[in-house]
Amino acid sequence: MLKSFCIKREWCKGCGICVAFCPTEVLALDAQGKATAVRLEACIACEQCALRCPDLAITMQIAERED
Amino acid sequence: MPSNEPELVRFIQGNEACVEGALYAGLEFFAGYPITPSSEIMEHLARRLPRRGGKFIQMEDEIASMCAIIGASLTGRKVLTATSGPGFSLMQEALGYAVMAEIPCVIVNVQRGGPSTGLPTQISQGDVNQARWGTHGDHAIIALTASNHQDVFAMTVEAFNMAESYRTPVVLLFDEVVGHMRERMVLPQPGRIALVERLRTSVPEGVDYHPYLPREDGRLPMSDFGGVHRYNVTGLYHDMWGFPSDNPKVVHGLIRHLVDKIENNVDAIARYKSYYLDDARTVLVSYGATARSALHVVESQRRKGQKFGLLELQTLWPFPYDIVGEACGRAKQVLVVEMNLGHICAEVKKALNNPRNVFLINRIDGVFISPTDIRQALRLIDGRGV
Amino acid sequence: MAIDKYLRERFFPHMWCAGCGHGTVLNALVRAIETMGMSRNEIVMVSGIGCSSRITGYVDVHTLHTLHGRALAFATGVKLSKPELNVIVPMGDGDALAIGGNHFIHAARRNIAITALVMNNRIYGMTGGQYSPLSGCEVLAATAPYTTIDPSFDVVALSVAAGATFVARCTTYHVKEMIDILRQAILHEGFSVVEILSPCPTYFGRSNKLGDAAEMLRGFKEDTVPVGSAAKQKNPELIERGIFVQKEKPEYCAAYEKIMQKARSAAGETI
Repeated sequence: MLKSFCIKREWCKGCGICVAFCPTEVLALDAQGKATAVRLEACIACEQCALRCPDLAITMQIAERED
Repeated sequence: MPSNEPELVRFIQGNEACVEGALYAGLEFFAGYPITPSSEIMEHLARRLPRRGGKFIQMEDEIASMCAIIGASLTGRKVLTATSGPGFSLMQEALGYAVMAEIPCVIVNVQRGGPSTGLPTQISQGDVNQARWGTHGDHAIIALTASNHQDVFAMTVEAFNMAESYRTPVVLLFDEVVGHMRERMVLPQPGRIALVERLRTSVPEGVDYHPYLPREDGRLPMSDFGGVHRYNVTGLYHDMWGFPSDNPKVVHGLIRHLVDKIENNVDAIARYKSYYLDDARTVLVSYGATARSALHVVESQRRKGQKFGLLELQTLWPFPYDIVGEACGRAKQVLVVEMNLGHICAEVKKALNNPRNVFLINRIDGVFISPTDIRQALRLIDGRGV
Repeated sequence: MAIDKYLRERFFPHMWCAGCGHGTVLNALVRAIETMGMSRNEIVMVSGIGCSSRITGYVDVHTLHTLHGRALAFATGVKLSKPELNVIVPMGDGDALAIGGNHFIHAARRNIAITALVMNNRIYGMTGGQYSPLSGCEVLAATAPYTTIDPSFDVVALSVAAGATFVARCTTYHVKEMIDILRQAILHEGFSVVEILSPCPTYFGRSNKLGDAAEMLRGFKEDTVPVGSAAKQKNPELIERGIFVQKEKPEYCAAYEKIMQKARSAAGETI
């Protein structure tokens, strides 16, 4: 269960990796070419975007882990 | 004598005298690669270091050896490597790294004939300029030498002290004759020669530590890897935290600091010996093994009533121009005795106003220059034929 | 976020290109370190020169950014001098295996407890896209305008032959696998090698028309299989991922401890 989701816009270089591999199409690149969450309600908290992000721009907290 | 205990007298090779000096200075880590005529240094250390808890490693080449001692120095150890010409060439890039990152370390080069493989078992002093300018870019370096085993010992201790004082690599430029010859050496009691230990920062954990911000006295306190201060070390131009910077002010400030900390301390770094210089009309300038022959000539000329003197240089770099100028300024002629094509002779000429009376007396054929060789050269210089 | 404390955040955004796999390696590496709860003061990261080597600047541990190809030699000095430190050496493929090839095989031969990462993007990125010892044949590069004729090393086979006691391969697509492998590599008591296939969309991808970063990652997904997979037997072109070797052998610093004991008893000394 997703608790929080954050993209540091200033760190994101818009490579599109998170967009390409999100299984539920939560993410898209905005007009400035930065990653943004357009359907956050569909997020299944698989964490693949945060783990794979080469810019370390995505942070998410998942409810099961209280850290 | 500060102690009543008898001092230990040894009859050893110069390379072993260097080992004794390094251990006396507190050597804790050696990395090296075998090469004639320096190998005895690593052979003795392979035996001696593990006994006292020190680390010894034979690396895959001289490049790796130089890199390994830099890594070990950053953990807080006193470190050494030893080599000869070809290996010294391989070490140059990492030597420049140690200059740039200000890593205390000592490098012995027991010189042999060059270039290339050259004369592995014979003497030369052909690496004097390589020690000065071998690595790329503007920089300063300390290089010391010695002509006998007692001085090999003393200069080795000095090298470690200077490496710590100035946070810099120090080169010991010995030669094959001093390295391999056996002679008497008195091992001083512990405490008789003062040692400079690593200056560590007093900045406590959690407070911003600047590894590259000199104190008022110019020294830079260090923090060992594994300690509470996590900083960056790089060969790039860097700021006071050690992080890369190409800011022109930072770049200019760092290169000036690296050069000035050595060049502004020429007098403190200069080591030399004067023989009969007070009234000398003919001054010989020499260093390393060749100074032995030079001294022999000076003393025999004195016995004949000729006003000869000798300036034996032990610090070659930074070159002590003022000291040489003072010692040679009133001489009718200055004879530089060395076993190369005039590395130090060129510096002596720079130090004097009238370079036409400066002559080079050398041998470059691998045969040790003898007093007879020097006397023959004197006859030529004086226009008396061979 | 727990990994933040391992990052020097003031240097972000980092200097790598958009889509560069090296950022994903950094991401996985700090997560692997975080899961182990290691103190930052007991970790030393040593790198050489190249795009990959800039990784050290971003991690808040003791960092030593050295010379091209020589990181393992510096790291050997650090580790032997203070064996209690965890030494991690991230390298590029040219850094580790061209200019640094000799240090690589000798560090492996000694089995010194260092974690060597080979961030394989098949190109020299920092200098503008020249071919590397892992480019392989028939690729285009700035110094191979008519394609390469140099075969590449098999990093896994080379490491095993040289004596490494932990050898693994992973990709920046398979991130969870990478985090797990990095954790095991760091914990291993011996020389560990992890080859990480990491895309360079800017040079390798562009000159060889491999598409954008996501396309290149899809290639890693399609061209690799877990080690021992049946698919590999059908299609030998597939690249295996996973842990190839994980074995115990005397570690160098531990062996040196014994030498010190031997030397002391031989000398009849107590110190």
